[in-house]
Amino acid sequence: MEQNLAIEMRNITKAFGEIKANEDINLDVLEGEVHALLGENGAGKTTLMNMLSGIYKPDGGSIFINGEPVIFSSPADSIKMGIGMIHQHFKLVDVMTAKENIILGQPTKFFINKKELSRKVKDLSDRYGLDIDPDKKVYEMSVGEKQTLEIMKVLYRGAKILILDEPTAVLTPQEIKRFFKVINNMKEQGCAIVIITHKLNEVMEISDRVTVLRKGKSIGTAITKEVDIPKLIEMMVGQKVDLSIKKEKLKGQTPLLALDQITVKTGDGKNALDDVSLTLASHEILGIAGVANSGQKELCEAIAGLTKTSKGRIFFEGENIVGKSPRDIIRLGIRMGFIPEDRLGMGLVGSMDIVHNIVLKDYQNQPGIMLRRGPCVTKAEKIVKKLDIQTPSIYTPVKKLSGGNIQKVLLGREIDSNPKVLITAYPVRGLDIGSSYKIYDLLNEQKAAGVGVLFVGEDLDVLMELCDRILVLCHGEVTGTVDPNETTKEEIGLLMTGRKTGEEGETA
Amino acid sequence: MNVKIIKRKDIPKHKEVIIRIMAVLLSIVFAGVILLAFGLNPLKIFGAIIDGSAGSEIRIKQTVLRAVPLLITSLGIIVAFKMKFWNIGAEGQITMGALGATWVALNLPEGLPAPFMLGSMMLGGFICGAIWAFIPAIFKAKMGTNETIFTLMMNYIAIKFVTYLQYGPWRDPGAQGFPKIAKFTENAILPSVLGVNIGWIIALICVAIIYVFMTRTKKGYEIAVVGESVQTARYAGINISRVIVIAMLISGGLCGIVGFIQASAIEKTLIAGIAGGYGFTAIITAWLSRLNAITCLFVCIAFAMLIQGGSYIQVSLGVSSAISGLVQGVILFFVLGSEFFLQYRLEFPKKPVKEVA
Repeated sequence: MEQNLAIEMRNITKAFGEIKANEDINLDVLEGEVHALLGENGAGKTTLMNMLSGIYKPDGGSIFINGEPVIFSSPADSIKMGIGMIHQHFKLVDVMTAKENIILGQPTKFFINKKELSRKVKDLSDRYGLDIDPDKKVYEMSVGEKQTLEIMKVLYRGAKILILDEPTAVLTPQEIKRFFKVINNMKEQGCAIVIITHKLNEVMEISDRVTVLRKGKSIGTAITKEVDIPKLIEMMVGQKVDLSIKKEKLKGQTPLLALDQITVKTGDGKNALDDVSLTLASHEILGIAGVANSGQKELCEAIAGLTKTSKGRIFFEGENIVGKSPRDIIRLGIRMGFIPEDRLGMGLVGSMDIVHNIVLKDYQNQPGIMLRRGPCVTKAEKIVKKLDIQTPSIYTPVKKLSGGNIQKVLLGREIDSNPKVLITAYPVRGLDIGSSYKIYDLLNEQKAAGVGVLFVGEDLDVLMELCDRILVLCHGEVTGTVDPNETTKEEIGLLMTGRKTGEEGETA
Repeated sequence: MNVKIIKRKDIPKHKEVIIRIMAVLLSIVFAGVILLAFGLNPLKIFGAIIDGSAGSEIRIKQTVLRAVPLLITSLGIIVAFKMKFWNIGAEGQITMGALGATWVALNLPEGLPAPFMLGSMMLGGFICGAIWAFIPAIFKAKMGTNETIFTLMMNYIAIKFVTYLQYGPWRDPGAQGFPKIAKFTENAILPSVLGVNIGWIIALICVAIIYVFMTRTKKGYEIAVVGESVQTARYAGINISRVIVIAMLISGGLCGIVGFIQASAIEKTLIAGIAGGYGFTAIITAWLSRLNAITCLFVCIAFAMLIQGGSYIQVSLGVSSAISGLVQGVILFFVLGSEFFLQYRLEFPKKPVKEVA
């Protein structure tokens, strides 16, 4: 079959200050092709696609759409050329229906022909296999439905070229399957599809060809069938990486932390956590799986004393710590480390240097009114050395460090306090592959040292490789606790969408 | 022509200093141009400002008298601003501090030894200033009210309350019908050292205390953490309400001390206009000193020179003192503007982007 070039990008260059986000990048995407754009965080994937969708203007190079040279001065130009970008964060109006969101911003007559609109939406649904209720309000939709709606929106505008930025990040395995079906339908209809991702399994599963970016440069384009995952990683990282996470079953477990029917309410009275009970022992990593916002944040903060619980008890080595503030917890000498999701917004003080960030957890137990920095200087030096933190000095503001190094400062500080329990929320989010594996190693080290680690993760593959047990949350309820050795991703996926185990005898 | 605004990654220290000096120089040049446009000789005006503020012993004393209240007020504002608590109620806190000091002066027995009298007045000033800051602080801590509006409004309440006292209950029957409060007795007036009231010594001590407090104590550290991120403060187990209240007690208390100094040494009584705008000018000086107590000392001296020089040129050259206000404004504009150039740089592409279309 003869395929036409839908997108041709030639020698694209874009700099932000000193940093060359894109340098001489070439990209060809054919009609009826799913093209994966692969690269680590900061490799320049999103920048490149933002130029295609008219959000940025390239400093150099040229773009051809369907063979025609184009210069986009705004996203409107790009939409006119049939390009639709679906961003990682949905841009929908919550209180409107699907239909209303679709026509939002579209040129319409004074009165909207609802019949015509419904017919068109139905037509698109049938053609691409998009399952959508046009009269459902967005706030009632699941994440998967919202994404379908986003796709519908760009198709309605006549897009034949779709750019999807990390589309599967928020979906359950089942939703991903459905989503891939839609992608394949669109491909058959002759759409050109670019998927930005860093998940290798998905690249292998869905794409026809893959272009790898590294540090703003295109490393190469390959036909997916002809490469394997290790090869792609080598292209992404620039060197061979050992991607195995060791997991040892450790003996001598003693219970450390137990939650007994914890309920946490949100501001509007809903249950963010609903009767959650769990146990965490020494020498183990307990994984927490779930779709985004299923109560993970509340769970971590409730244990750390940052969120009020409306019901239930939390035992730390047999002592009930419910209602204790973080200050009480520190004062009582309870050794608990917490790596929050929002590192610079909660775990660290961005504008302060490493020493003063180490002070943060230290000073409460210092006597007197003066701040003693001396011991923290020594600690900072030790942590920088031990975790190999790349920083000009220990007096550099942490917000100037890279994401991986920021996380290492935070983790280093928490580990340095010799915790018995370590709570980590998405500790590898935003980190490159090398740093992520370094973090996994560190968590395993802690486990070996007898720490009970709570690991809230989003990548099911990692959760299954790293954790001894996985607890699945859905809408704030525990839908099951599984042993990764005896379950499948699909099984966990079902639990994530709320189907409880129980009869099958898989709960712990 | 397209100019690109580019974020700087990091800026070397010497470059930062150059940019800041450039900003001040440019502001002087720019102010000079404005003066020229008014048909005035800028060199003469600038010369007169310096001469008027530092040209003789008396003029230097006058400058110091202006620098003292400005400096202590700025220090108070620094403590609040470091926490990102926008205290623009210094004017009212000064006024209430003066009221507290005055109440003490008028109610303690006349024959009291001066050190005891003055110490009590200072304490009274501190407490009243602190109370005036405590009110918005506690509302912010407990109910999340907006401190900017709250502290601003508190200014007017304080000033009007003093006016009421002046015309009403505290009116001096011996003032021949004028709405005045009685003058202080001798033991309630600050003595002088080196020809200026000892307010300047109090100010220098405050600089040292606030510098150490903000950089070396646990509370100072907590204030900085709360200012940076409330979430992080919570995470670290900091009692945020307590920190807000303590910081504001200090902030308002310092302003209260200013009220005491102004009432005792300058006016020798209480008047409604006792704060004289220092509460607002100090916001500028606190910012310009980048919330650093030591830097603040120099910034306040420079501003006091401008204010003093401004009133001098009015007398000696017959030029409106608004000129010095204008120079202050221009300096502020350029120095704050230079922040932009510290964060970003402009790039002018040498050759236009190749257009293929």
